[in-house]
Formats: sequence, structure tokens, C-alpha cells
Amino acid sequence: MKLDEVKIGGMGASRRRVEDNRFIRGKGNYVDDIVLPGMLHMEILRSPVAHARIKSIDTSAAWDMPGVRLVLTGEMMAARNLAWMPTLSYDTQAVLATDKVRFQGQEVCAVIADDPYIAKDACGKIVVDYEILPPIVNPVQAADANAIQIRDDKAGQVGNKVFDWEIGDKARTDKAFADADVVSKIELHYPRTHPSPMETCGSIADYDRATGKLTVYMTSQAPHIVRAAVAMVAELPEQNIRIVTPDIGGGFGNKVPIYPGYVVAILASILTEKPVKWIEDKTGNLISTGFGRDVYLKGEMALRKDGKILGVRMNTISDHGAFFSDAQPSKFKIGLMHSAFACYDIPTAHMFATGYYTNKAPGGVAYRCSFRVTEAMFFQERMVQAAADDLGMDQAEFRRVNFVKDEQHPHRTAFGFLTDSGQYEKCLDIGLEAINYKNFAAEKAEAAKRGRLLGIGISVMTEPLGAGNSREYDILGIKMFDSAELRIHMSGKALLRTGSRGQGTGHETTWAQIVAHELGIPADDILVEEGDTDTAPFGMGTYASRSTPVAGAAIAMVARKVRAKARKLAAHLLEVSEEDIEWELGRFYVRGNQERGVTIQDCAMAAYSNMPDGMEPGLENVAYYDPPNLTWPFACYIAKVEIDPETGVWDVLQFVAVDDCGVRINPMIVEGQIMGGLTEAYAMANMQYQTYDEEGNIIGGNYMDFLLPTAWETPGFELYEVVTPCPHHPIGAKGVGECATVGGPAAFVNAVMNALTEKGVRNIDMPLMPNRVYEALTTGKDVYGMPPVRSGN
Amino acid sequence: MYPSRFKYESPNTVEEAIKLLDAGKGEAKILAGGQSLVPMLKLRFAFPEQVVDINNIPGLDYIRFDADGTLHIGALVRHEHLEKSLEISKRQPTIAAAAPLVADPIVRTRGTFVGSVCHADPQGDWAATMIALNGSIIVQGPKGKRTIAMKDFVLGPYANSMNYNEIAIEAVIPAPQGVARGGYLKLERRVGDFATASVAVALDMKGDVVVGAGFALAGVGGKTIDANEAASALLGQKLTEATIAKAAAIVAAKAEPRTDHRGSAEYKRHIVETFVKRILVANSTQKVA
Ligand SMILES: Cc1cc2nc3c(=O)[nH]c(=O)nc-3n(C[C@H](O)[C@H](O)[C@H](O)COP(=O)(O)OP(=O)(O)OC[C@H]3O[C@@H](n4cnc5c(N)ncnc54)[C@H](O)[C@@H]3O)c2cc1C
Repeated sequence: MKLDEVKIGGMGASRRRVEDNRFIRGKGNYVDDIVLPGMLHMEILRSPVAHARIKSIDTSAAWDMPGVRLVLTGEMMAARNLAWMPTLSYDTQAVLATDKVRFQGQEVCAVIADDPYIAKDACGKIVVDYEILPPIVNPVQAADANAIQIRDDKAGQVGNKVFDWEIGDKARTDKAFADADVVSKIELHYPRTHPSPMETCGSIADYDRATGKLTVYMTSQAPHIVRAAVAMVAELPEQNIRIVTPDIGGGFGNKVPIYPGYVVAILASILTEKPVKWIEDKTGNLISTGFGRDVYLKGEMALRKDGKILGVRMNTISDHGAFFSDAQPSKFKIGLMHSAFACYDIPTAHMFATGYYTNKAPGGVAYRCSFRVTEAMFFQERMVQAAADDLGMDQAEFRRVNFVKDEQHPHRTAFGFLTDSGQYEKCLDIGLEAINYKNFAAEKAEAAKRGRLLGIGISVMTEPLGAGNSREYDILGIKMFDSAELRIHMSGKALLRTGSRGQGTGHETTWAQIVAHELGIPADDILVEEGDTDTAPFGMGTYASRSTPVAGAAIAMVARKVRAKARKLAAHLLEVSEEDIEWELGRFYVRGNQERGVTIQDCAMAAYSNMPDGMEPGLENVAYYDPPNLTWPFACYIAKVEIDPETGVWDVLQFVAVDDCGVRINPMIVEGQIMGGLTEAYAMANMQYQTYDEEGNIIGGNYMDFLLPTAWETPGFELYEVVTPCPHHPIGAKGVGECATVGGPAAFVNAVMNALTEKGVRNIDMPLMPNRVYEALTTGKDVYGMPPVRSGN
Repeated sequence: MYPSRFKYESPNTVEEAIKLLDAGKGEAKILAGGQSLVPMLKLRFAFPEQVVDINNIPGLDYIRFDADGTLHIGALVRHEHLEKSLEISKRQPTIAAAAPLVADPIVRTRGTFVGSVCHADPQGDWAATMIALNGSIIVQGPKGKRTIAMKDFVLGPYANSMNYNEIAIEAVIPAPQGVARGGYLKLERRVGDFATASVAVALDMKGDVVVGAGFALAGVGGKTIDANEAASALLGQKLTEATIAKAAAIVAAKAEPRTDHRGSAEYKRHIVETFVKRILVANSTQKVA
């Protein structure tokens, strides 16, 4: 009897998430749940000011407190060559400050004590004498010729510039602009935001002097990268370093980098010879760990009267904070910003990017996006709307005219990417139909009678997910491939390990489904394990939607390797030659005689009990997968909003999402990812940002001011799907974890701006808070979020 | 959370609690719903030597209307009780309108009305509501009880006129001469957010004539703003476009907003004026019994 793939939890099954069984019972095991015998607790003292020279640090009162075991300062770190550490972008970052503090919240000292209360009390006893320096809180100030130099620690550093970088064909693009009928421009700021996972960062470092083994339990999205980095920085032999990531309470890119707290906790454990636990508090997480965005985006589009786009210019100025610690492929200084306009057929483009240091938290992590793709797509869709407006063309029609057509794939974009597939027009049509675009003018007129303004906003995009290939993508020189290891036990049950790391994303569920699809072993019979570098094969971790595109492919490939061996076992059991064996889900049979067959489970047993002479026993394998290209999911998001012009408050009346992420392994999980992503997109568009006042004090360092949307205000989302299998992925899947965060914000913003078009307003910077919308409405002028404003009441 | 070390006491009577406070000489703090105190302990903005938990004192969770319509709210009445009370929704529309706008549903199950008024947060919703309703607080100390009118209760941001050895026992809201009307509007960035600007309007109406009116504001000044003088625009009058505009203008002038990341001072003042008008307009079109 043929197996029913959905019943065994294979491809396409909306299988319940197996990890939820422990989560909803409160039985998850997070770093802070781990208690080791004799464990000490570490607390970090942070800088209260944004920019200051450290004149002196007096730790004597802290040392004197009963229960305090160790107080670490930058000077003590420096004595062990650990005061600075490398970042993921070839810069250096202070572990504990020695010379200066460079942002509010920077790590200055650490206290290790018998319990966290004592550690916290002792931090309060440390006296640091700061000589305040003028803070720089935006790139405009940073670029000023007279600006104080933030990174005076770096030999050869000139001013506050981090990099200049360009891509594209400047000469050809200049020509396109010279030939244009119309040139459309837009300028905006994508504000700083924070991934803010529910669980903060934290670790337990456990150094055992007797064995020389260092075990670090930590909340990392990329444990193997951490192992490599610790081997390099701490100069410990790599075989003696074990990184274990237990359950992760959300990552969103925040848990890719290596933070000072990890390094200090490791040293503290080596010095005290005890396990040392460090759990960051919420404010610590918000003010010191990897933020997202914070980029000024400027650009223009060369247009022909009939609506054809002739060329695009982009200019980005990014704020990296005090240390350039973006987590991104090393070749690209501003991530994959140049993926902008990939779904449009544009002959030529050029981008110039500049990065600056400021006295703000370091980061520039890919917050739920594939390295700055969020900024790219936001700029793209805001630019497209401005261009359609300038041409007086319908916004949907303008997109339609310029889309890369389905049959043009694979398509080389103006910035050099190769998109693999796309049905953008189909997505748009489904979206327009769902939102009843045809009827919008009538609806708008009806709302006007009630004194309300209606707007509709479209965002269509395709984005590159799943780095590498290894030719172009590496982090600190390590190529971006991934891996899977599959062991089939004799009873036909299996253990799968990968180099990726789930973080609430459902790996334990979906990975088993891929194996079920390839081998016909029920998903429930497959245990998925990740996150322990002593057992998992090497992988680059989970971020940038790369797990399904890369590790997911490795899983399919390793299952196929296992199947190839099982075929030999089947031939042996069925006493025919291998060429006469056919495969159907979960079973081999003799060609021409479907009745005569053996199951995959039979083969598994044979691998341990009845293998043919000369065959290596066992049924297991490893696969390393280096993807030929990135995967290119695409989507169309449309928002319809209503504005109360007396207050500037806006509500979402309807939101439609049409996503194509290729073959859906677990449709329920895919939908969950899209819903979650749209919620974050709504947050950024509506309420959420981190800003700094003139003194460099962060606004948005706690949940009273850094707003996470709740179920109450988050609008409902209507989801639709298109399925275009990825042509080069073994199971046709693409990444999906980030599509909605990437493409969503522009739909909301475009909708509000669409409602304001008649007022002559072209841009309001995110978040579109009511006061900003009201200001635009009453002044008829654009509203910019920067320069920084004064802090709150 | 890692607050400073404190001693925890959980008395069973008001008298015991007062003794503890008295002995504490100002270093003991009452814990009611904990929704303001606990965050302050966590941030170490507050570091009392002793916390006196009053949650185990029975009989303080009453919502009671006297025969004449005077309302008493006991010290352990949670925001949620007010939100769900049918009596309140029928007889005190300003409280009924404010209750679902205070904090978020989770906080509302713990936080207390009286605790919020005591806390005197300039952005707090209940102190504003109480000022508009011309309420008072009954406090009890070693020497017995006394009543403090709201206008004398809130001294400034997070400061009230109670002595360290007193407990607020209940809030009292006087009965209307006619029918209680009014409303509460709040501009917030998200559910659970404190007010960018909040407006409490309490009306006492006989037919369609206003016989009493109160106004107060939260979020638009260094303390809760008493704008009761705007009543002068309405007393003895009907709610017409002209009287509404006049009252709204007076209230808006009383606001002391600051420009910050939530908006400009002018914007907040505009919101106050808009909200006053909206509440009054809604009450003028209401069928009056
Ligand atoms: C996430 C969040 C959002 C919030 N949003 C809002 C909001 O939008 N609007 C709003 O108004 N409030 C908001 N709050 C505050 C909330 O309403 C609190 O419940 C309220 O301010 C305090 O009441 P409590 O019972 O929790 O007091 P507690 O926190 O227990 O005490 C507060 C202070 O009052 C004193 N106190 C308490 N009871 C008495 C008493 N009977 N006698 C004398 N002193 C007393 C305490 O000693 C303490 O100093 C929010 C709180 C949180 C955590």
C-alpha cells in the first residue's frame, strides 16, 4: 500500500510543532534554566554616558562585599590581551572599556559573585570617574570635519568614517539619467530598531581545569561560529571548546554576534575555576546588543514618459554605532542592500554607500532579514510609489509595466544578482483582487464623507535568502555552506543533526518532514537535534532565512545518500540486482513486481543484522551543502488604511499578503512566520524605534518606550499563496522567515502616504506616529524622523 | 529582577499595617497591585527597607454606591473590577470609559485604583479621573481617619499629601445632583502605553443642562493637571457648539505639554482640545433622561 505523505508528516503536512509540547508546558530549557553546581553569577556595570574618557575606576568597595569573588575591569582584561575582540565585520570592539566609553550602556566592569543580587549590589559600589566628551548621535555630526574622533583607538582611522563602498555601473547610469524624461527622487530615514527577542542574551561559561575543557551554554544562533571565534580569541584548542545552545527564546539576528558578556564570563570561569552565569537584563539587551537598520536612504529614478524605468541611483548613509559589528558576508559592506529593485527590469543602477561611527550601540545586525534587505526593499517600494506619483500613473500599473516577466528568469539584476524565478504579476493580481482595488475610489469617497482619509499601499518584492554560495559569501573567511547528519537506527527510527539552530522557528518539526519526504520514515520517528558543537556537524547557523535554503537542502541530500545505501541493502534482501530496484515513498520494490518489496525500516534492520558481504555496516551519512545560488522568494503586500485627520491616528482596514516561498514544507509554520513578520513590519511602520537625544541618551531602552505590538492593536492579516518551486533547491523550497518583515513596512507606509498624496506630502519617516501624520497633514510638508529629538516627559 | 534587599511584611489588618509603617519611619512602602512599585524596585528607583503587602487584608475590595449615589472604591479594587462592573458602567461613565484604557489587560488584573491615585504618576489615568470627578481619598493613620480632597491630594509627580504612616483606605466620589455623564479619551502609542495625552471629563446633568462639570488631564504636564475651572463655560448651560468650544479652549490652555518623542507641545495641546470636544459632543447628542 502506498504511503500517504501527509499522514506520515511529510512535505505539505501542517504538522503540529513538536517543540511546542515542552514550551506550552513550561518545560523549555533556556540558558537561565540551567543550574550547575557551584555556579557563580556575573553582572555587568554599564556606562551611563555616551562618550567619555575614563579617568579612574575604583572597585575596592565592590571587592570588599561579602560574596564577591571577582571584579573585572578593562585593565585586567587588557593584561590578558582580552580588552578588545574582533567583530564579524573586521573591526574591533571593546570587551570592557579601557580608554573611553563610546556609547551609553557600554560594558565597563563585571562583578562575579555568589548570587545575582550581590553582583548587582556590588556593581553599585564601583566608582567610575568619567570626563565627558561631546557625543555624536548621527552621521551628519559624525561627518563634520571638526567632529571629535570616536575611534581614536584605531591606528590609521581617519575621522569617523567606517567605509565607502559602491556597486553598479556609474557611467551607464549617468547616461540613463541624461536620457530620462522624468527624474523622480526620494529621501528617507529607516530608523534604528531592535530585534528584542523575549529571551535576552546570556551564557554560562564552565571551564574545567582538570580536563582543559571549556563548555559554554549560550543563546547563540550560530554556535559553530562562536566555537571558532573562541578558539581564535581565547587561544584555546578547538577540540576542547564545546558550545551548547539550549532552547532559544527568539533570536531575530540579535543572537548572531559575540558580545562582551560572553568573553568576560569565559575569562571569569577560567580565573575562578567555577561555572559563571551571565544573564543580561532587558535594558542591557536593548541598549547594548545588535540593533537593526538606522540608515539614511536617498535615491532617484530615471523614467521614460510611458512609465518605463531607465535607471536607478541609490545613496546610503548608515550609522553603525561605536563599533562596526554588522553581522554580514564580508564582501558586502552594506549587506545585500544592492538586492533592491530585483523584481523590476531596470537596465542600469548604481549605489554609493557610506558608513559612520557614532556614540550609539554597535550592531547593524540583520534583524529578521538577509543583511539589509529590509532597508533595500523598503527604499525600493517607497521609490516606486514616488515615481508612479510623479508620472501620474496608477501605482499597480506602474509596477506591472516594470516587473521582470516570468519567462525572463533566470534574470540578472542591474546590481548583478541572478534571480531564479518569479511570478510577480500573478502575486499582484491576487492581492489587488483580494483588496478590491477596483472599488477603492468609491470607498475613498465614502470615507471622505465621514471626514476620514483612505489610502492604499502596495509593496512587491523579491529578496535573496539563504547565503551562500561559497564563492561569494563568507563570514570572516568561513564559507557559508551548511550541513546535516542522519543516522538511521536498526528499528528504522532516526536521529538528524544539522549545523543550523532553531530558535522558535520549528526546525525540530520541519526537518523531520524533509526526511519523511525523502525516506518515507514517519516524521514522528525522527529526532532532530541541534546546537551542540560536540555532536552537530559544522554549520554557519540560522539567520538571514538560510536554514531551509541551505541546511534544509543538506537534509534532503543526506537523506538521499542514505537512500542510496538502503537501495543496496534492498537489492540484497530482495535478491535482485540494484538496477532492478524501484523506489516509492518508504519502500523499494522489484521492477515489474510491485508486490515484492521491502520497507526502509527493513533496510535499516538489515544494515545492522544482515548486510551483504563486504558492505560497511550501519546506515548513516553526512552531507555538506554549498548552494549554487540564493533562493528568491517573492511577495505582494497591500494595506488599506484609514486616517483620522484630526489626530493623525491611522487604522489598518485590511491587509493582504500574497507570498511565494516555493514548496511549503509545513504550511502552518510558513503562515506563522508570515503573520509574525507582518506584526513586526506593522510595529516598525506604526510605533517602534530607538532614538537618542542630543546627549546620547537612548530613548527606547525599555519596554515603556520601545514598543512591541500586542494582539490588541495588531491588524488581522489575510494570507494567500503562490507556489513557484525554487529551480535549484533539492526540494524546491525557498526561505520565508523574513519575507514579511522585509516587504511589509513599505505597504503600511505607502498606504498612509497614498492617503496624503493630495496634500502634497511625499514622505513621513517611520514610525508613522500620529503626531507625525498630523504634522504632515497640517503643514503639507514631509516629516523626517531625524535629527534626534528631546527625551520624554 | 534584582531589587535592593528589603524586608517583606504581610499584615492581616489595617491597624497592623499602620503599625509597620509607623515603625518604618518612612522607610516602609505599601505594596498594593505592585504594578508601579515593583517596576520601580526592579529599576532600583525605589529601595525601601520594608515592603508592607496589604493584599492579605480582607474587606478592602468593595465598590459601593450609597443610597444617595456616593461611590466608594476600596483600596484593593483592581482596575479590572471597575472595567467589568455593571454598576459603574451605568452610573459613572467617566470611570467606565477610563477603565479599559488603563494599562493592558494583564496589568489591570493586579493594579488598584487607589494605588494608582496614591502613586500620582503624571501620566496615570486614575488621578486625572478622580480630579475631574471631584473625589477625595480617605486615609487612616495611627491617629485615625481623615479625608483629603483630590485637589489637595496630588502634590506633584509621584508625590501625594499622605504621611508616611498612613494608608489610603478608599476613594470617594460624590453623587451627582442629576445624572452622571462624561467620558475619557486617551492617545496612546499602543495598548499598555501610558498617555501621550489623556482627557477626563465628568458631567453632572439635569435634562440637557449642565449642573456640574470637571476636567483633568494626564500626560501633558509635570503632574496631573486640574482643569476644573473650565466648568465655568458650561454651568447652567446646554452643550452647544459655542459652550463646548469655550470649555475645550479653557482646558487646552491649562495643559502644560512638552515637546518630546511623542509629539510637539502644540500637537498635544491640540489633542487635548479635540478630545474635550469629542467627549462633550458625544454627551450632547446623547438622549438625556
Ligand atoms: C505595563 C504597565 C502599563 C501601565 N499603563 C498604565 C496606564 O496606561 N495608565 C495608568 O494609569 N497606569 C498604568 N500603569 C500603572 C498601573 O495602573 C498601576 O497599577 C498603578 O499605577 C498603581 O497601582 P498598584 O495597585 O499597582 O500600586 P503599587 O504599585 O502597589 O503601589 C504604587 C505606589 O502607591 C503606594 N500605594 C499603593 N496603595 C496604597 C495605599 N492603599 N495607601 C497608600 N499608598 C499606597 C505604594 O506604596 C507605591 O508607592 C501601568 C503599569 C504597567 C506595569
